[in-house]
Amino acid sequence: MIKHIWAAFYARSLEYVRDRSALGWNFILPVALVFGLAFIFSGDGQPLFKVGVVTENATAEVKPAPTLHPFLHTLHVDFYSVPPQTLDSAIRKVGRHQVDMLLDLRAGQQHYWINSDSQNGYVLEKLLQGSGGAPLVKQSVQGAEIRYVDWVVPGILGMNIMFSCLFGVGFVIVRYRKSGYLKRLNATPLSATEFLLAQVLSRLVLITLATIIVFTGTNLFMHFTVEGSYLDLLVVLVLGSFSLIALSLLVAARVSSEELAGGLLNLLTWPMMVLSGVWFSMEGTNSVMQWLSQLSPLTHMLAAARAIMLDGAGLTDISEHLLVLAVMSVVFLAVGAYTFKWTAE
Amino acid sequence: MSVPIIEVRNLRKHYPKVKAVDGVDFAVRQGICFGLLGPNGAGKTTTIEMMEGITRPSSGEILYKGEPQGERFRQEAGIQFQSTALQDFLTVRENLKFFSSLYPKSLPLEELIDICRLRDYLDRDASKLSGGQRQRMLLALALVNDPDVVFLDEPTTGLDPQARLNFWELVNSIKARNKTVLLTTHYMEEAYNLCDEIAIMDHGKIIAHGSPDELLAEHFQDVIIELPERDFPDSAKTIPHRYLDKVNGTVEIITQDVNATLAQLMQHGASLAGLQVRPRTLEDLFLQLTGKELRA
Repeated sequence: MIKHIWAAFYARSLEYVRDRSALGWNFILPVALVFGLAFIFSGDGQPLFKVGVVTENATAEVKPAPTLHPFLHTLHVDFYSVPPQTLDSAIRKVGRHQVDMLLDLRAGQQHYWINSDSQNGYVLEKLLQGSGGAPLVKQSVQGAEIRYVDWVVPGILGMNIMFSCLFGVGFVIVRYRKSGYLKRLNATPLSATEFLLAQVLSRLVLITLATIIVFTGTNLFMHFTVEGSYLDLLVVLVLGSFSLIALSLLVAARVSSEELAGGLLNLLTWPMMVLSGVWFSMEGTNSVMQWLSQLSPLTHMLAAARAIMLDGAGLTDISEHLLVLAVMSVVFLAVGAYTFKWTAE
Repeated sequence: MSVPIIEVRNLRKHYPKVKAVDGVDFAVRQGICFGLLGPNGAGKTTTIEMMEGITRPSSGEILYKGEPQGERFRQEAGIQFQSTALQDFLTVRENLKFFSSLYPKSLPLEELIDICRLRDYLDRDASKLSGGQRQRMLLALALVNDPDVVFLDEPTTGLDPQARLNFWELVNSIKARNKTVLLTTHYMEEAYNLCDEIAIMDHGKIIAHGSPDELLAEHFQDVIIELPERDFPDSAKTIPHRYLDKVNGTVEIITQDVNATLAQLMQHGASLAGLQVRPRTLEDLFLQLTGKELRA
C-alpha cells in the first residue's frame, strides 16, 4: 500500500511542480496581496474608529441604544455591542488597537478603556469628555498595535490554501476522470483509497511548503506579530489544509464535468472567502451569518491561526477549532472515498 | 482440453434505453490473439470493458483462468484503452516507472523499452509524442506487469499505415511470448493478419465466431472478379454484377466458377488486361453479416 501511495504521490507532485504557471500562482498571489495590503494600510494603520459598548443583556447583532449615553450620538463612530461575558476579549482588542475605545455602561460599572498609545483613543476620549454625559472612570490599557496586515495575513494565506486545495485537487481529479486517466488507473491494482491518499498527501506537503516559504519570505520584510508558537501555527496549517483538501475530494468524488466542478467549487470558495473572516472580522454580523461561518473549515483555520499569532494562544486554547477541523476532515474524506467513482459512467 | 484463459458466459449489459450487450458467450484460449469485431455501437467496447473489470455487467459471468475475476486478474492483465490520457508533465520513463511500481511483478524497464522501441523518446514529455509513439508507450504501459492477457481496444485507430504496420509487429512479438491478446479493431486487414480467432458482434450479440479462414470458408464458396468499367462491354451486362467504385469505375462479379465467368467475359469481347480475381475477405464477410461498412 505504501509503495502504491508513494508512486502516485510522486507522480502527482512532479506534475504539480512542473506546472510552472500553477506553481507560480501559489506564490505570486499571496505575496502580492500581503505587500499590496501592507502598502494600502501603511502608516498608522487604517483608523477603525470603533467603540465597543458593554451593556446588560447586550447581543452582538443589536447596536447599543443611543439613549444610554450622549456620547453614543457621536457621528462617524462605529458603536457595537459587547456582551458582558466577552469583556476580557474586548479589553485585549483595545490593547491591540483593534478597538479604539471600550465603554462599560452597565449599572454600577461606568468605565471606559483606551490604549494610552492610541491616537484614535485620545481623540475619542476628548469627544467622550465633551459629550456632557455622566462621567466614566478611565482604565488605561497598554499594548502594541496590531496592524491590519498582521490580522489579515492568515486570511490571505488561508485563502490561497483554500483555492489551491479545492481547485488544485478537486478540479484535477475531475479532469483526470473526464480524460479517462482514472479509468486507466482503475485497471491497475491501485485502490481508490491509495489514489486519494496520494492526492491528499501530495497537495498537503506542497501547499505546506509553499505557505511556509511565502510566510517566511514576507515576514522578513513585514515582521508580523506572532505571539504564539510557530509549531502550533504549523499544526493549524496542516490540519486546516487537510480539511480543505478533504472537502475538495468530496466535491470531486463523482463529478465528471469540469464546468459543473468549477461551478460547485466556486459555490464553495466564494461564500467561504466572505464568511470565514479572510478580509474582515465576522464579529458584529448577524447570528445567521455567524452560524454559517462556523460551517466553513476556513473559519476555524483562520480563527485558530489568529489566536496563536495575535493572542499567543496555545493548542489547548484552540482545541475547539482543531477538533472541528479534524471532524470535518474525517467526514469529508470518508464520504468522498465512499462515494468515489473512477469512471464517468 | 485446457481451461480457457478468459471466458464469458451469457454476458449482458443493459442501460435504461439500450441493450448494449445482450447475452454473449465465448472463450479465449491461452496464447492466441482473439479479435472482437463489429460496427460502431455493436457492443464490443462494452464487452471488452466488462472483461477488463472496468464496467460492471448487468448479468452473466466472466471467468479468468476458471475463476471469477479478482485481484489476480488485475495483477495479470494488461490493458490499453481506446483513448487514454496520462498525467501532464511526466516523461515516458516516469510514466513507465509509475505504472511499473503499481504491480507486484513487472517486466524490467529496459526490456520493456526495447520491446516497444521507446529508447529514443524516454525523456520526452509523454504529451508531446506522435500518434505512433504514443500508442507504443500505451502498449508498454499495458505490458509493464508482464501480463498473461493483454486487452487492446482499437489500438491502431488514427495511425498512419507505417505506424500501423509497426504496431502489428509489436503485437506479433507479444504473441510470440505466449501472451493472450484480446483485440478490437475496425480494420479487417488487421484482424486477418493478427487474429487466430475472431468474433463478430452486432446489436450486442455474437453473430459469427471462429478462425478467419474457417469463417470465410463457411460463408463463401465463391471468389470476386474485378475489372475496370471501361473494359466491361454493354453486352456483358447480362452477367450478374455490381459497380463498386463509381469514381474510378470498377465492376465486381461474384462467381463460384471463375473459368466459366472468364469465358463469358471473353465471349462479350471484354478486355482482361485490368482484371483481378481475389478471394473473399473478412470485409466481405463483415458486410454480408452486418450489412454495414466498417469505418475507422
